[in-house]
Amino acid sequence: MWLNPSNPQLDRKGQLHHLLTLEGLPAEILWQILDTAKTFVGTKVKKVPLLRGKSVFNVFFEPSTRTRTTFEIAAKRLSADVINLNVTVSSQSKGESLLDTVDNLSAMHADMFVVRHGESGAPHFIARHVAPDIHVINAGDGRHSHPTQGLLDMFTIRHYKKDFSNLRVAIVGDVLHSRVARSQIHAFATLGCPEIRVIGPKTLLPAHVEQLGVHVYHDMREGLKDVDVVTMLRLQNERMQGSLLPSAQEFYKYYGLTQDKLAVAKPDAIVLHPGPMNRGVEIDSSVADGKQSVILPQVTFGIAIRMAVMSIMAGNK
Amino acid sequence: MPGNPLPDAEQLLTALIEQMRPAVGPETGLIGIHTGGAWVAERLHRALKPKIPCAFLDVSYYRDDYDARGLKRDVKRSEIPFEVDERDLVLVDDVLYTGRTIRAALNELFDYGRPANVKLAALVDRGGRQLPIAPQFVGATLTLRPGQSVVLKRDAAGKLHLELREEQR
Repeated sequence: MWLNPSNPQLDRKGQLHHLLTLEGLPAEILWQILDTAKTFVGTKVKKVPLLRGKSVFNVFFEPSTRTRTTFEIAAKRLSADVINLNVTVSSQSKGESLLDTVDNLSAMHADMFVVRHGESGAPHFIARHVAPDIHVINAGDGRHSHPTQGLLDMFTIRHYKKDFSNLRVAIVGDVLHSRVARSQIHAFATLGCPEIRVIGPKTLLPAHVEQLGVHVYHDMREGLKDVDVVTMLRLQNERMQGSLLPSAQEFYKYYGLTQDKLAVAKPDAIVLHPGPMNRGVEIDSSVADGKQSVILPQVTFGIAIRMAVMSIMAGNK
Repeated sequence: MPGNPLPDAEQLLTALIEQMRPAVGPETGLIGIHTGGAWVAERLHRALKPKIPCAFLDVSYYRDDYDARGLKRDVKRSEIPFEVDERDLVLVDDVLYTGRTIRAALNELFDYGRPANVKLAALVDRGGRQLPIAPQFVGATLTLRPGQSVVLKRDAAGKLHLELREEQR
């Protein structure tokens, strides 16, 4: 293999070739992405010619509106041609295998695949099989990873808090099913965040999650005490099997973020949510729309992050 | 540096300022190209005192060698804090060589608007143009051997100086 054997996301020069997970990605590359994204925020000129003539294929095996749209906007602002494929409703339902789908798309001269898949590891699998000049970005795979979401969360936190080295952060809710939480935990650790907490009921926290270096809380008021950053997770009803939760109402009572619970965090704490939000389940509307919420800036920064990832990757040979 | 065959960058800057003085009015936009050109533009701005602030371009997203060389590590943000439309502009770079950076800068500039005219100032012109681009204001013209290049440096005190590099082939 011509890719770096110890980390299949990197090429032999140690540069980013695919973006599959934030786990094991060197801090230097994370900072490079965050710094580059800054150059795309708030500029008068929205469109630059960097990826002119390149084709970005958004291949979504699982439905998503926001992530796909922000990838599409990002690619268009870099002047790439964007092709959106909603594979759930085409080839797969006709029985085509994942590799055949990828081979067919490669034959259409793709330069970059943005892949969302319900199965953990699918983007790795695709990255291992595409031609060496094609780049793969994971746009969310199963419970495993959602690296650009993790990066945009880091960008948002850096924007408001400047520095990670003194931050106490809490990740709240359905950690078990959340690829966002896993990406955040790896990114926080790599960027030097000293205290990472996860808060949730035992049934919605992965077994041995503390091995990732996080502190585990089951009580919101204990877990949120004096934190600088609260990142809420969506309760993923569609991924739940069996009776992990008595009801959404009960979840809200104990783990829904209300003004009252947020009051134990630092007064200048910020609240993040990857969206889509379940108002009245994991977050109260008064918090979601309140002055500590940075949920809409997250979406805007998400475009800049995706532009940065694409511009860095597509230039690495 | 003893034996440095290169001219003194501070003296070149003084020469450049005097050349440009008649051409720079209160509404002239000075636009420095990151990174060396931005240093030169800041100094020109301080000396020539146009009323409008200094502007900066990072042309990384407009370069034609992206496919071969990728994106450079520390891209800066382009900042043009004035209207470009109908304005007299001077693009400022440190070392003028192939002209490709200036081509990229012109492309980026025209995404901001339609200037009345654009002139080019360079601290050093080392020849070797690959495009029909010529400077109006030049600190010095240098002749370098093939494989040599010259880069502008700025020390902690803000003083500029030129450095000769031998490229590995």
